[in-house]
Amino acid sequence: MKHKTFFWFILPTFLAMLIFIFLPIISVVLQSVHTPHENVLITVENCDPFGCKKVTSIDHEATKNLNQSEPLGKFVGLDIYFDRGHLAIENFKLIWENSENIFSFVQSLSNLPFYKAVFFTLTFTFTVTPIMLLLGLLIALGVNSISKKLRGIVIFFSLLPMIVTPLIGSIILFWMIDSRGIIGNLIQWLFDDPNLSLKASTTLTWIMLIVYGVWHAIPFSFIVFYAGLQTVPKDQLESAKIDGANKFEEVIYIIIPHLMPLITFVTLMQLMDNFRVFEPIVGFSAEAHATSLSWIIFNDLGGETRQLSAAATSSILTIIGVIILLSPVLIRTWKDFKFKK
Amino acid sequence: MNLIKYTFLITSFLFLLIKNSFACEIKARVSVVGNEFPAIQTVGAGAKKCKGAEVKTNLTADHQKINVAGMSSEPAEYTSAIVANTSIVALLNNDLIRPLDDLVKKHGSKLKKNQLITINGKVMAVAFMANAQHLVYRKDILEKLNISVPKTYEEMLSAAKKIRASGLAKNPVGGAYKAGWNLAQEFNNMFIGYGGKHFKGNTPEPNVNSDAGKKALNMMKSLSEYMNPDFLTHDSNATNAEFRAGNVILMNMWGSRAATLTDADGVSDAVKKGMDIAGPMTVGGGNIPASTLFWDGWTVAKKISDAEAEATFIAMMNAIDPSIIKDDKVRKQAVWLLDGYTPTDAARGVFAAAKMNTTPYPMLPYAGLMHSAIGAEIADFMQGKENAKKTLSDIEDAYRAAAKEKGFL
Repeated sequence: MKHKTFFWFILPTFLAMLIFIFLPIISVVLQSVHTPHENVLITVENCDPFGCKKVTSIDHEATKNLNQSEPLGKFVGLDIYFDRGHLAIENFKLIWENSENIFSFVQSLSNLPFYKAVFFTLTFTFTVTPIMLLLGLLIALGVNSISKKLRGIVIFFSLLPMIVTPLIGSIILFWMIDSRGIIGNLIQWLFDDPNLSLKASTTLTWIMLIVYGVWHAIPFSFIVFYAGLQTVPKDQLESAKIDGANKFEEVIYIIIPHLMPLITFVTLMQLMDNFRVFEPIVGFSAEAHATSLSWIIFNDLGGETRQLSAAATSSILTIIGVIILLSPVLIRTWKDFKFKK
Repeated sequence: MNLIKYTFLITSFLFLLIKNSFACEIKARVSVVGNEFPAIQTVGAGAKKCKGAEVKTNLTADHQKINVAGMSSEPAEYTSAIVANTSIVALLNNDLIRPLDDLVKKHGSKLKKNQLITINGKVMAVAFMANAQHLVYRKDILEKLNISVPKTYEEMLSAAKKIRASGLAKNPVGGAYKAGWNLAQEFNNMFIGYGGKHFKGNTPEPNVNSDAGKKALNMMKSLSEYMNPDFLTHDSNATNAEFRAGNVILMNMWGSRAATLTDADGVSDAVKKGMDIAGPMTVGGGNIPASTLFWDGWTVAKKISDAEAEATFIAMMNAIDPSIIKDDKVRKQAVWLLDGYTPTDAARGVFAAAKMNTTPYPMLPYAGLMHSAIGAEIADFMQGKENAKKTLSDIEDAYRAAAKEKGFL
């Protein structure tokens, strides 16, 4: 492609990315290094139906001028990044010095909100992604080998988990696994323990969220792999058969190498998707046991407190996390690309 | 002919009269955001009866997430927000609501003095109902086991023990202990019951890491042993569902939900007839109830034209006109602060709370930050992952980080 053609071709995309991705990120970065100005507090008398009382309040007149001259707020550099709600440098040092072994170090660290969220987010990402890749491939192979008449309906049902909105799907499951729900009751009966509750134990909650994550993501990998399977060259499979390869060897030596670019693609997409896990935590009301980076952002923004700077900082840290997570795959793709050139 | 003419004239005159006596004429747009429980639905519907300009309402449980943003723009999307003493703080902190003194003088003749929420001498909100958490219990079960109605949390524990031993209910205690806002509210109740103060004097310095804090946490842990093991996922809706199903015998519940608690489909007669309410409980030998008083009221946005503010005030005044409580259904929805209100049976709990000098929820600019710090940190203690001392110091650390960011420390 000529450079000029390429330029006109890419211009709309580039503009859209500039306006909808790049500029908002710049604004979030700016927000994360500023905090609201210090409030001037005064004591005033408040009256309500229950009587009058002297309480502390914000003096708006006094803070007005400051807010107008510097509407962004007070520049604080990386203070928010290092505070207890985020990287918690001071607490990190203390815990590092006081921990006897790596196990107690991790345990104390997970008491800090940011690290607690990171631990769950990473566990979720690195369990859901491989399981979902494997199961998606197996289902694709299975569907590909059944009779053509049945395929349509089987594909439809296999896609259902993805069609259900994540929040709705998790709320439905939330009631099914309740200790009075159908699955929760079944598990109690199976293990013969009437007090067993999936929602009361951290380990079981994590497993539940991971199972849900896999359930929800399988259709995506399945449908991509199934499409890929239609393009596997027949002659290669036939010659493998003539050479005496069995079904398993066919998959390992012909189908998987052929699907490799698709596997990379699905891995990339799913790493990103799973890293920003959010809906299941809200749907399962799991915040007592598991939080994720996205959940922290949501929690900071919602409610009465509206900690914009804290939310902005968590967002930037999430973006950095995604970049670190994807870098191995991206570097590999880049090397492949150069090699082919 | 004449007869027809006169009849026509008289009827149209009568129509005019009737129309005028109920009329709520407004000249500018009104847009209301607020919570969604029954009493607020009534108020929203009342505002919508006004004619002359558009009246919109957006009543949702997520109102706190949208009211600040919806009132920050110029002009504000919402001309009024229905708030409580917890949620008014965010609007005050951001300077989004206007003083109402002039409008009260002009249109507020039907208001009682105790309905006016004044801050530094200026009327900032008009309250229309009071709310508090108090005991809701099953009279039939307690009578059957010969247990007297608990007046303290200690008595609640021993009652729970007896009920469990009798086999009538496995987990007889209920509570909105869902991690986050609900759990923090239960801690606040208990902490105040033990005589705790959240802040040092009139400063934003935290003060929860104290003996009262430790006792409050331990009491909550003891209670949770008699709750459904999923308690950290139960908000007031889920707790009420457990009560309706007959699984919960004793619970600390909102007054605003008590009246309609057993109105749902499929509630057994035993629960319907057996349900009763009582005042809030005390704890640890204290005489202040382990509960907090709330008011619900409406505000008028600052960033709107004066005409819109006046229209909003008129519409909201119409919505809380004392005549609405003539309807028995409306009367029982809440403890109304309106003129001429006489308490219904469902209001006994909140009335008892007020009589027992229950502490009102503090209208402090940094109270919300403390509330969310508590809600996030207590879950670890409730699961037995750390001790009370550690949890309390975690709360203070989390609060400090947030308060520093928001410019309070």
